Amino acid sequence: MTHMVPDLVDLTAPTWSPPHDLAEVGGVGTLPGRAGMSRRDFIKGVIASGAVVSGTAFLGGCVRPTAAAQGTVERLVSLNVNGQVRRVDVLPQETLAMTLRYKLGLTGTKLGCDRAECGACTVLIDDVNYYSCSTLTHRVRGRQITTVEGLESPSGELHPVQQAFIDELGPQCGFCTPGQVMSAVALLKANPNPTREEARQAMSGNLCRCGAYDHYLNSIMRAAARGA
Amino acid sequence: MLKDMMPHFELFQPASLDDALDLADRLGDGGWPLAGGLDSLNSFKDRSKRIEAAIDLAGIAELQGIRETDDGIEIGAMATLTEIERHPLIQERYGVLADAVRQVATPQIRNAGTLGGNVCQDTRCWYYRYGLACYRAGGNVCYADTPGAMNREHCIFGADRCVAVTPSDPAPALVALDAEMVIRNARGERVVKAEDFFMEPSIDITQMTVLEPGEILTAIRIPATWAGATFYFEKVADRNTWDFALVSVAAAMTLSGNTIDDIRIVCGAVQCIPRRLTDVERAVRGSPKNEQTAERAGALAVRGAKTLNYNHFKIPLMENLVKRAIRDA
Repeated sequence: MTHMVPDLVDLTAPTWSPPHDLAEVGGVGTLPGRAGMSRRDFIKGVIASGAVVSGTAFLGGCVRPTAAAQGTVERLVSLNVNGQVRRVDVLPQETLAMTLRYKLGLTGTKLGCDRAECGACTVLIDDVNYYSCSTLTHRVRGRQITTVEGLESPSGELHPVQQAFIDELGPQCGFCTPGQVMSAVALLKANPNPTREEARQAMSGNLCRCGAYDHYLNSIMRAAARGA
Repeated sequence: MLKDMMPHFELFQPASLDDALDLADRLGDGGWPLAGGLDSLNSFKDRSKRIEAAIDLAGIAELQGIRETDDGIEIGAMATLTEIERHPLIQERYGVLADAVRQVATPQIRNAGTLGGNVCQDTRCWYYRYGLACYRAGGNVCYADTPGAMNREHCIFGADRCVAVTPSDPAPALVALDAEMVIRNARGERVVKAEDFFMEPSIDITQMTVLEPGEILTAIRIPATWAGATFYFEKVADRNTWDFALVSVAAAMTLSGNTIDDIRIVCGAVQCIPRRLTDVERAVRGSPKNEQTAERAGALAVRGAKTLNYNHFKIPLMENLVKRAIRDA
């Protein structure tokens, strides 16, 4: 039976990619040495081009067509996301996680519970970590929002925290990883040399269903040692 | 779990407290002052609360910050829990509050959550939060007080149709510090003791606090009376983070040598309001701070407790926490 594995999946072929898309960890579109369009790129393209139509359909059921009361917020706002100013139409009750994922196509930010109970949606607002599922988008006008997509350097180099997460095999399934990365980055910005216990406390707002907490802590301690 | 948009509401972002109060006055019942938004947004997402308009208090400078006053400190209602936890003056003189705030939920929630919002939280009774028409929601039944109900987290004191408990960690600390809540509406200001701020179901079953529509909690004042006193705070919950207390205790005491001169001691999560243990306070004043006094205090604290089907454990838990508060403070 063992000979069947290479028949089905040739691990040496250049088109093979690891089952956990590293783009998740890395926030990068294409991995070096990987040609063509990834599944993720394709999905992102669909989101970007189809956002207006599908987004409206998705949100439409909840919008009451009433005239806005006087003095309420303007729906068309400018957001500073990952160093870019993005113009976007935001409903009054819209959360930042919704805006990032479904209006701006930044799907690195995950929605786990949508109730401030898991941490998958963690983003930085002015370098402090928040749950984007429980932050109204209208509240963050004029502030600097950083998502996992905004961490890599302009030359495409991973953030030291991301690199450490890979080196220490931090993630397992990877769904909580963008949130874990953002909390780790927030921690190291505030405290570049945390003790393991301080790191544990700082990461306590991010659940990992795989239970890879110690791997994440190893990653953070390695990133801190490298001067992230 | 539902992952769609909240039902529509209008959003106002006033830049001054006066504007916010005018709005609150105009909107009345339909207006919802929004602080950190954690408790509120969850209720909106779950459809257990429907509002017409939210008044976002985040942009109002008067509600921010922590100030030293002639008589203690004043904490703006919109000061975040992280700010309070890290504030040197609070750590130094009102450590029980810093300790309590540090126990709230998670770092991200403390970064967004405010002291004002925390003390105005609604109860966590899941029957109520699920949107059932219980007494608290205006109906005529309590789903948590039936033979098969899951009521492990519910009250052992002060039940009156509703058996929910106060969810706040800082609230017992504020009552122990004899804090005052500054409440304003468009017509003026009133100041209420923290002890009187929380609403018992026997008085108004649908409200957790004395706040009326149109009113906004603007600040929390902590008098210098207990500054630098001997403090104790402990919260017991199923998990170290995120979770709400099963029982918590906050105590402030002044000592002469080893004798307890004066004390305020308060338990959370045993009643719908933070439960001040006045009997215990009276009994231990003038007593030596030792094992024996602590033992007596613990036994006295739980006198009169009435359990539900699944929360008997709260009696020994509360007894031990009170005992530790006296002995180990």
